[in-house]
Amino acid sequence: KRSSSAISSGITDIFTKRKLDDDVIEELEELLISGDLGVTTAARIAANIAKTRYDKEIAPEEIRAALADEVAAILDPVAIPFTLDESRKPHVALIVGVNGSGKTTTIGKFAKQYRAAGKKVVLAAGDTFRAAAVEQLQVWGQRTGCDVVTTKVGGDAAGLAYSAMEKAKADGADLLLIDTAGRLQNKSDLMAELEKVLRVIKKLDPDAPHSCLLVLDATTGQNALNQVEIFGKVCNVTGLVMTKLDGTARGGVLVAIADRFGLPVHAIGVGEGEDDLQPFAARDFARALSGVGSL
Amino acid sequence: MFESLTGRLGDVLGRLTKRGALTEADVTEALREVRVALLEADVALPVVKSFVKRVKTKAIGTEVLKSVNPAQMVIKVVHDQLVEMLGSEQQELNLVAVPPVVYMMVGLQGSGKTTSTAKIAKWLTEKQGKKVLMASLDVRRPAAQEQLKILGEQTGIATLPIIQGQMPVDIAKRAVQSAKLQGVDIVMLDTAGRLHVDESLMAEMDAVHKEAHPTETLLVVDSLTGQDAVNVAEQFKSRVDVTGIVLTRIDGDGRGGAALSMREVTGCPIKLLGTGEKLDALEAFHPDRIANRILGMGDIVSLVEKA
Ligand SMILES: Nc1nc2c(ncn2[C@@H]2O[C@H](COP(=O)(O)OP(=O)(O)OP(=O)(O)O)[C@@H](O)[C@H]2O)c(=O)[nH]1
Ligand SMILES: Nc1nc2c(ncn2[C@@H]2O[C@H](COP(=O)(O)OP(=O)(O)OP(=O)(O)O)[C@@H](O)[C@H]2O)c(=O)[nH]1
Ligand SMILES: [Mg+2]
Ligand SMILES: [Mg+2]
Repeated sequence: KRSSSAISSGITDIFTKRKLDDDVIEELEELLISGDLGVTTAARIAANIAKTRYDKEIAPEEIRAALADEVAAILDPVAIPFTLDESRKPHVALIVGVNGSGKTTTIGKFAKQYRAAGKKVVLAAGDTFRAAAVEQLQVWGQRTGCDVVTTKVGGDAAGLAYSAMEKAKADGADLLLIDTAGRLQNKSDLMAELEKVLRVIKKLDPDAPHSCLLVLDATTGQNALNQVEIFGKVCNVTGLVMTKLDGTARGGVLVAIADRFGLPVHAIGVGEGEDDLQPFAARDFARALSGVGSL
Repeated sequence: MFESLTGRLGDVLGRLTKRGALTEADVTEALREVRVALLEADVALPVVKSFVKRVKTKAIGTEVLKSVNPAQMVIKVVHDQLVEMLGSEQQELNLVAVPPVVYMMVGLQGSGKTTSTAKIAKWLTEKQGKKVLMASLDVRRPAAQEQLKILGEQTGIATLPIIQGQMPVDIAKRAVQSAKLQGVDIVMLDTAGRLHVDESLMAEMDAVHKEAHPTETLLVVDSLTGQDAVNVAEQFKSRVDVTGIVLTRIDGDGRGGAALSMREVTGCPIKLLGTGEKLDALEAFHPDRIANRILGMGDIVSLVEKA
């Protein structure tokens, strides 16, 4: 159960017996910004809430509900579960993101889910850079009963992706999850390496990767927008996963991202364990962020 | 995507100066732009508010209103105040204690603790001539101990042999004992990542701290962190005596406002910057650099001086 958000307790402070005037709207806007929704999205949401309620007395509970509705309206269209394309053997999913966002762990969690559904899953240890990145994925392979394709440290990530695809095809796998090294989106050499991985994958299947998932850390602030923009351009991101949403209502930047890019949000990470991946539920997320039901 | 503050203020104040002298109301309007710029840079809301208040007092009390180029003057006041709040004094790692000196690394998952452990150990070894031992207390994340071991091999720094199944407090105890026996100067304890709201893991961190009595407890934080940075820093600080902050991923294009928030709210000095994935990508903290980044521009002081 998530603890109540900063936005929620802030609402109590602002709205206890007050009229919704310009000052209050500005305070509401600031509150949303303090939840990482960003200046633009916060302004838009606050304006929407004010539209029909301007100059009226309004209770905190009412504001929370209105906010939850506004946020849900933005998030509903992007809450799209990840689906396996059964016609592909394998469905190739490339997992990308900045350093430490939770890519490898998310792969482990997806592997667990699809193994439990009786699918054959192959993992590709495409992070040939970070110390023990391969070993980390191998542990996930053992835990979930999936083969892990590896190469030597410092090896070519694109070459590894190619061999993994060959193996997954030969084995008749349903899903191939390709891990990649973390990279900051402003590093053009590392982004070019990702482009090379994509080119090589396409040699074996011009439609691959069938999914490219960008993994975002819920603690990240406004830079997450840059991440979505640049990874989106370089590797045609098809969907997002937001990690580290356990324990507290954070990740408000996801609202700004949905507002601006409209990319599908497939799943959220709510812990470090193999079962800690949930489908993204727009309404639950909106309610947690707005504190509906709490206090 | 972020408009620089120079651009913003230039517009507002440029329009105003055409009219002649600036009034207090004009400065207030300019500071609205400052407020938005700081929020876009992820500075926490309460910190933004107190910052704007302080700048306003300074700006109104001083030369700004009469100056030839008020836009530049406002920027200079903003910049100087930022530097002041970030901590203009350079704070070094504390090496003065009875050896073995213990350093403990703490922080959220994936913030860069293990990498920073190896970077600092390498710096202490190569630049300070210290004998360092690294130990991983991360018994949770797959291959975490292996990761530190490999980093030890890459840098030629000793790591505590891994004993499967040993728990963090016991590993810490063993690390300190082994450091004593081997005449090690500094023991670096890398810990598992934990969320600040995870009570059992926060308690574990506390227990390790009580066992190891670290001279430095470094909170490792991602410079891309958003508004929650304040809570993270406060929560960690409330459980263990955090002596400094290591800010990682400075090589990214984030604006790094979290640095200001954490510094202001906890008073903990920012001691080091992580500037890349490689093990020599570690730099001393320069408030100037972070101030300029938060404002979204290059070297402001020279810009102001040119004006
Ligand atoms: N609390 C929590 N921790 C998570 C979650 N997902 C991942 N983590 C942790 O975050 C840290 C980083 O996760 P990784 O999967 O290694 O991240 P990565 O993106 O592969 O990292 P690099 O390969 O180094 O770029 C690990 O300690 C994980 O256990 C989550 O949903 N919640
Ligand atoms: N670009 C960049 N990457 C960094 C920096 N510091 C660490 N990293 C990367 O961030 C990722 C996570 O680093 P780790 O050192 O494993 O982080 P951690 O805090 O030990 O992670 P957990 O133990 O899982 O909580 C790795 O991919 C590192 O290479 C930095 O300053 N810049
Ligand atoms: Mg990884
Ligand atoms: Mg670690």
